[in-house]
Amino acid sequence: MELILEGIKKAFTLLFMLDREVLDITFLSLKVSGIATMISVFIGVSTGATIALNEFPGKRVVVSFVNTGMGVPPVVVGLFVTIFLWRNGPLGFLGILYTPLAIIIAQAIIATPIVMGITIAAMQQLPKKLRLQILALGASRLQMVWMLIKEARMSLLAAVMAGFGGVISEIGASIMVGGNIKGYSRVLTTATVMETSKGNFDVAIALSIILLLLAYSINLILTHIQQKERPR
Amino acid sequence: MKKIVIFFAVIFISSGIFFQINYILASEKNIILATTTSTQDSGLLDVLIPVFEKKTGYFVKTIAVGSGQAIAMGQKGEADILLVHSPEDEKKFMEGGYGLNRRLVMHNDFIVIGPRADPAKIKGIKSTVIAFERIAQSKSLFISRGDNSGTHAKEKAIWKATGVKYEGEKWYHETGLGMGQTLNVASEKRAYTITDRGTYLSLKKRIDLDVLTEGDAILLNIYHVIEVNQTRFPKVNAAGARVFANFMLSREAQDIIKTFGIDKFGSPLFFPDASKRVEDLGK
Repeated sequence: MELILEGIKKAFTLLFMLDREVLDITFLSLKVSGIATMISVFIGVSTGATIALNEFPGKRVVVSFVNTGMGVPPVVVGLFVTIFLWRNGPLGFLGILYTPLAIIIAQAIIATPIVMGITIAAMQQLPKKLRLQILALGASRLQMVWMLIKEARMSLLAAVMAGFGGVISEIGASIMVGGNIKGYSRVLTTATVMETSKGNFDVAIALSIILLLLAYSINLILTHIQQKERPR
Repeated sequence: MKKIVIFFAVIFISSGIFFQINYILASEKNIILATTTSTQDSGLLDVLIPVFEKKTGYFVKTIAVGSGQAIAMGQKGEADILLVHSPEDEKKFMEGGYGLNRRLVMHNDFIVIGPRADPAKIKGIKSTVIAFERIAQSKSLFISRGDNSGTHAKEKAIWKATGVKYEGEKWYHETGLGMGQTLNVASEKRAYTITDRGTYLSLKKRIDLDVLTEGDAILLNIYHVIEVNQTRFPKVNAAGARVFANFMLSREAQDIIKTFGIDKFGSPLFFPDASKRVEDLGK
């Protein structure tokens, strides 16, 4: 108990003293996971909407693959991304293993199925006749899709939150492809693990609290947007 | 919807600079150092690397894993330089032609630690092999790294010398974690384990285990730098690796190693050994 209090004290000291290293790590986490989420939203929503709004043979198989992807362990993604990015691997010429960019790629791969899966469910939940109605009002196909996305925005925001929550808290891939390099690719989760193994439990607790605060504030913003624009 | 777009746009723009830095750094000024967890967990590299980077302009990417994994990275050409402590594996690595210029950097020693109650009665025993035998005979809980690290290799070598069966036994647990976390586990479970002195000293305030066996010649823990062979792996940054290895053996780095930890722990964590011979260590 004493340790936890100590950790909380440490967290606020580090935050209020604006500890350079902790701030850098926090911003890096936010950036990396933010960009990864953004990429996943772009790919996930567009592909998810396409899958949801079209009928094609094997659709169920595709959807079941996406749904399985929602639960793929980050460490598996980390392993495969590492193998691909190795110097002597297929994408080795890029030279991006052990960089923040590599973490972004891995996290985007983790978050995309999450966003895509929720998008598919959200789009399929919309009334079928809505599409006909929009088209009948003279909308082009693209405009129709955009209208439907807007209509499903509550669920889509939930998709963004789930995707972001999934990657900001993820460790397996970050440590493998990022390498936990001090001042460069060290993010909140990898720093927490390292401080734990160094025996600096107070710092580890402090980093966890910062991580929780960060995740909470992002979700607060997103929830605010979601709840404010409540349709009808 | 608009607000989310703006929110992400801000992140995206602010990261523009960050990507540029990324690409500049992905040049020949990068060195990938594969090393053991003990050099990182003890905090030594946090002192040495900034000095090196400031001096040479290189950017060191430290990947702290077990020695086994570090050597495996070298064998695939995925690291430029190794700083490891697993002599038998290192010799195999050199014989395979993967490395160049294996040079002695520093040493400290391994210690066997365990609960104060010492159920296996090993305190003060000079021979580590006998101490291990007693742990096995008394079936006292022993925590192993189990991760092919240098420490794990040393531990297995000692078990081999005892001839007792330990793998799969109920009293023998493998964590598969780094040294620091393994110490935490051992401390919580009040178990015996073997550790390098550096990590033990740096974690001592949290670890409720005593040093029980030390000073045996078999417990010497020796760190070498090895440059990964560029003729074998053309993508290896040989020039950078050479500069780093030379730095580790330079007077400046050796002086840092010599005094590192004294202020915090009252005794140094490592002993610098540049241009010494392995045979002369511990004498």
